[in-house]
Amino acid sequence: MGEKILAKGNEALGEAAIRAGCRYYFGYPITPQNEFTEYMSRRLPEVGGAFLQAESEVSVVNMLYGASCMGVRVMTSTSSPGFSLMQEGISYIAGAELPAVFINVVRGGPGLGDIQPSQGDYLQATKGGGHGDYRLIVLAPSIIQEAIELVILAFNQADKYRTPVEILADGMIGQMMEPVELPEMRSLDKLPEKPWALTGAKGREPNRLTSFDLDPHNLEKMNLRYQAKREKIIANEQRWEETNVEGADILVTAYGTVGRIMKTVIELAKKKSIKVGLFRPITLWPFPYKRLEELSKEADTVLTVELSGGQMLEDVKLAVKDNAKTPFYGRMGGVVPTPEEILKQIEKLVKERGRV
Amino acid sequence: MRAKVVMKRPESLSKVGFTYCPGCHHGIVHRLIAETIDELEIREKTVIVAPVGCAVFAYTFFEIDGTVASHGRAPAVATGMKRARPDRIIFTYQGDGDLAAIGTTETVHAANRGENITVIFINNAVYGMTGGQMAPTTLIGQRTTTTTRGRDPKTAGYPIRVCEMLSQLEGPTYIERVTVDTPQHVMKTKRAIKKAFENQINGDGFSLVEVLSACPTGWGLPPEEAVRWLQENLMEFYPLGVYKDKKSRIKEVGNGRDRSLLKD
Repeated sequence: MGEKILAKGNEALGEAAIRAGCRYYFGYPITPQNEFTEYMSRRLPEVGGAFLQAESEVSVVNMLYGASCMGVRVMTSTSSPGFSLMQEGISYIAGAELPAVFINVVRGGPGLGDIQPSQGDYLQATKGGGHGDYRLIVLAPSIIQEAIELVILAFNQADKYRTPVEILADGMIGQMMEPVELPEMRSLDKLPEKPWALTGAKGREPNRLTSFDLDPHNLEKMNLRYQAKREKIIANEQRWEETNVEGADILVTAYGTVGRIMKTVIELAKKKSIKVGLFRPITLWPFPYKRLEELSKEADTVLTVELSGGQMLEDVKLAVKDNAKTPFYGRMGGVVPTPEEILKQIEKLVKERGRV
Repeated sequence: MRAKVVMKRPESLSKVGFTYCPGCHHGIVHRLIAETIDELEIREKTVIVAPVGCAVFAYTFFEIDGTVASHGRAPAVATGMKRARPDRIIFTYQGDGDLAAIGTTETVHAANRGENITVIFINNAVYGMTGGQMAPTTLIGQRTTTTTRGRDPKTAGYPIRVCEMLSQLEGPTYIERVTVDTPQHVMKTKRAIKKAFENQINGDGFSLVEVLSACPTGWGLPPEEAVRWLQENLMEFYPLGVYKDKKSRIKEVGNGRDRSLLKD
């Protein structure tokens, strides 16, 4: 890691991307992530890269497709409605097995919604979003420093697995300022080789990248390849953080911004002699089912807290099965719960359990 | 007896057989593009962005690197490619539905940015791949499977003249409409396509060549009659000519003041 600076989330993420070797950014203005786009417009020409403000998110995602075909590291950032517009292109990127990194600074929805922090796009992120059988690697940072590390991981995994990767953030991470340590600038010479790229058929057979084959048996073969990749990612890439889980009175699952708030809840609960454990998934896909299942065997209650009507809750239930109760607490529309509010829910659940 | 080669497959065409119908003009245009790539000696650095439509397989017909864009998005894909590797030659090959309906936005904005790419636009006034539905360029009164009584502007709007529309923009460098109904016109089309690639090689910016083409299957006509229909109807509504040429010394071209210059 390199120097330590005080940085706004959106800008720190932009600098992290550049230091990870990204030189190409295509974007379209949408709140609450505009500082990211603006930062890239200033910074990329300084490092010999290219920035382009496109005519729509539909064009943005296809520009990513094109740039990625040429073997370079490329990314965009957007917010919920913009990410919805990109779904068709993301499906094509997944089908053509192209690396690309997307930051979705999620805001309240559905529809135009609002511009406040939300986790209402979990299902879109983790269960597909576009058409066809594909998954994105979905990374959920809870503080800016972690977001920086996940941006670097995102580019590495996108190249390694030839897959689109989404960083699921929200306006809280994008807008706040924290002291962070930025990584060293990565030399472009040391990026992975991409012999599949469309750099011109010089001294070799033509490379052809598509998500297309009209013969169903061939298309099934392509799909089986995607599935094999999916299995490999599930086996190798699950990430999570456990806090205070040993002998906890109650286990809470939360990700991103709520995961951060839960750290305060844990401290508040200590003062009331309640031991709260936190299981914070960092990869929302692949979801760390196995570890949560193990932990749920020791727990009586696994509370899920989200800024949604209960989306990750579905994965929590798949992991916990009948091992524990799986209550839910959520706020929607961009409302962020206070630590006290969450603690009240925990106290209620602990009291109820006492009566059993 | 010694054989003399008078005609051969251009190196830039692959050995994959075309999937086009008898009398379709895609094959002619493909050959002209391949000859151009050979003559300019750019085969090893040229990339095709194929469309969705009958030409979806075009990426396999050329012996060059290539991909298929999602429907209408080829100019955006080509933009991404060109920005990432400005030293490569990127061209899109698109039909009328792809370029002038679902991809209108991408077309207009790539043109307006003066993106240094080459666009080959096949206008046959019908959706071929999906079975002959109305296209944005379908003529008034023309029968298609979705306008069985002929295109009625009251409900289906008017045909779009792409060259005329794009030539109003500051961005594009070169816009020309050609056709391949006669040997003379085929040669003219070849010159236009070559110019569109040369512009890109010289870094001169956005070039688009519209080729009026026959779709005998989509029009429900035998190939010969289809060519006649093209001459009597399509060429009537879509005049051939140069609509914009920033590199030309004839300043009047394309500004609409002297229509005679726009005629073939």
